Amino acid sequence: MIINTICIFLVSCGLIFFIGGAVGIIRFPDFYTRMHAAGKGDTCSMILILTGLSLYILHEPTTANFLVVGKILFIALFIMSTSPTSTHALIKAGFEEGIKMWKREDEKEGQE
Amino acid sequence: MENFFVFAGVAILALMIPIIYRILVGPTAIDRIVAVNVIGTKTTVLLIVIGMLYERVGMFVDFALTYALLNFVGSLAAAKFFDRVNPAKSFSTMKAEEPQE
Repeated sequence: MIINTICIFLVSCGLIFFIGGAVGIIRFPDFYTRMHAAGKGDTCSMILILTGLSLYILHEPTTANFLVVGKILFIALFIMSTSPTSTHALIKAGFEEGIKMWKREDEKEGQE
Repeated sequence: MENFFVFAGVAILALMIPIIYRILVGPTAIDRIVAVNVIGTKTTVLLIVIGMLYERVGMFVDFALTYALLNFVGSLAAAKFFDRVNPAKSFSTMKAEEPQE
């Protein structure tokens, strides 16, 4: 019962972070800010959801379930290290392509 | 608990729809690549939730692992491609650095 509650809490928190990432990807004005929302929100929510699911699987502690939980935690660790790497590589590619950064309206006027 | 997993799966699937908008509309090509990367991460989680629903997590977790690997390699390859595909741009940045020295 307690494990179910913790699992539901963690997965709900992950879904909230996913919603934040999706809103950021749609609403942000700039390529770089969109990348920020994508990288952070995705990684955090993925870790929360996978932790909740592995807690639920450990409800019946058998050897096969321990193996499955180990694999799930390996996926979490893997995405936790690769998602920032791919975000960094893509931002570098975009920066060298010369995509302009977004600025506020008054700052644009001040430059002109 | 079964109902909650169905809800979580449907919610993750519904959250992919606004990101597909970014893939279709996205002003630059790299925007689209980022959106595909995000959808790939969501799919990795969704595969494990589907495994929980079918009560065969041991099988689906391998699919999720493979999908995460392919997603990473795909986005890195796209980034490398965009680094190399623009020789004119990198040449102009080299020329811009010369007057400083």
